[in-house]
Amino acid sequence: MDSAVWEKIKDHPCFSEEAHHYFARMHVAVAPACNIQCNYCNRKYDCANESRPGVVSERLTPDQALRKVIGVANEVPQLSVLGIAGPGDACYDWKNTKATFQRVAKEIGDIKLCISTNGLALPDRVAELAEMNVDHVTITINMVDPRIGAKIYPWIFYGNRRYTGVEAATILHERQMSGLEMLTARGILTKINSVMIPGVNDEHLIEVNKWVKERGAFLHNVMPLISDPAHGTHYGLSGQRGPKAMELKALQDRLEGGAKLMRHCRQCRADAVGLLGEDRGQEFTLDRLPDKVTYDASKRETYRAVVARERGDRLAAKSEALGMVKTAGSGKSLLVAVATKGGGRINEHFGHAKEFQVYEASPKGISFVGHRKVEQYCLGGRAEDKSLDGVISTLEGVDIVLCARIGNCPEDRLKEGGIRATEAYGYDYIETAIGALYAAEFGSEPLAATA
Amino acid sequence: MAFKIIASQCTQCGACEFECPSGAIKFKGETYVIDPKKCTECEGTFETQQCASVCPVSKTCVPA
Ligand code: SF4
Ligand code: SF4
Ligand code: SF4
Repeated sequence: MDSAVWEKIKDHPCFSEEAHHYFARMHVAVAPACNIQCNYCNRKYDCANESRPGVVSERLTPDQALRKVIGVANEVPQLSVLGIAGPGDACYDWKNTKATFQRVAKEIGDIKLCISTNGLALPDRVAELAEMNVDHVTITINMVDPRIGAKIYPWIFYGNRRYTGVEAATILHERQMSGLEMLTARGILTKINSVMIPGVNDEHLIEVNKWVKERGAFLHNVMPLISDPAHGTHYGLSGQRGPKAMELKALQDRLEGGAKLMRHCRQCRADAVGLLGEDRGQEFTLDRLPDKVTYDASKRETYRAVVARERGDRLAAKSEALGMVKTAGSGKSLLVAVATKGGGRINEHFGHAKEFQVYEASPKGISFVGHRKVEQYCLGGRAEDKSLDGVISTLEGVDIVLCARIGNCPEDRLKEGGIRATEAYGYDYIETAIGALYAAEFGSEPLAATA
Repeated sequence: MAFKIIASQCTQCGACEFECPSGAIKFKGETYVIDPKKCTECEGTFETQQCASVCPVSKTCVPA
């Protein structure tokens, strides 16, 4: 990767898997108006407990958004990115988007600005995005064949009228491609989100991946359709199913070699706050924020210094760990689930984990393959037996779980389910632990087993 | 001759407000409302009523 690109992504948790261990994003829902309809979206729906794209509890004016961003920046030192990601379309509802970005950039000069868009209005906004230093744009592109598009988008509103069917999808497609090309021409990094809809566009996404790669997309994020009748979306109501985790992984594996894939997406709420995989949005609702806030840079600055140091350490640890995996000289691979709350370390208790990050160690190295969400096993100090069954089935295929702490009882239960767990590497860097583990498992000279 | 918004269905997205060529739509209290005195049903300006064309919820911007 060239250093100019690294400079752009090194603090961006969505554009860099490495950065997602250290940096946090926040989304503000300031642009609720939309110019298209997607079959997986129901803009009437709003729920505090739902975690999925498009869902928000609070819509903000640009002034309220500024207050919230400052409130969060003062309290969450990891904050590095402000995104506008729905519900609605940030490029269509442009007045609000622009006002928010201008206000925030004036107060917090080093925050990265980022938007998500369906692409229809994007070509009209590229020049202003570039002017405002927005250097991360996500476009949702689900098709390059308008006949498939017609099955995903019932209508678009463009040039003062509503279009439907293939005609609508053709316009959307052309606008998406030209928007992407214009961003690439200006050196703005783009991430393409595609919703995988089994039987509709799953095979077609291979074609989409080629098209976006040719047009300079930096990352391709293939996400599973979320469809539940309770959400009231067209797909939810018509019984269109979402893909299974293994179907998604199989498609992602087939896309290797095309545009680079993002595998650490959490499909966050449109008003999420915090590290990926965590949502502290409820702590920062408007009623909890002081009426007047002044930005205080101190926490963020201190944190950045710590990260710079940690990051160097972790990088060194990582290359050492890679060496251990390679010299083990084994052809085998190991699937490891890690409980972490950030910083690239194994620092979360088993019972407190809301997700596990899954890594694969093999002769090719150590790579992040995804995360698996679980229901927290320990709620308020009480261990829930039922949720442990859920955790065990979610961890299917995983060989070993690494965490900071685990009780004897869950450890035994996991073992019965064929999964080992250990706290032996608590607080180590993830890669260091996996390297040592791999060497212990498969190395020619077996090390003292710690598990 | 005017359109109205069925408040119970409105998502408060505001798209109709900025598409309306007559400035007839405003956010009042909890929802968007159309001022019947200002609404022209978009006649002479657009082929279709802009509020109804952009509204994500069917049958929400309707003839009064
Ligand atoms: S672009 Fe976003 S807000 Fe608009 S319909 Fe699609 S998912 Fe919903
Ligand atoms: S019909 Fe036309 S003029 Fe009347 S409220 Fe709707 S957009 Fe405005
Ligand atoms: S476009 Fe429809 S849903 Fe949106 S504010 Fe207007 S009436 Fe309400």
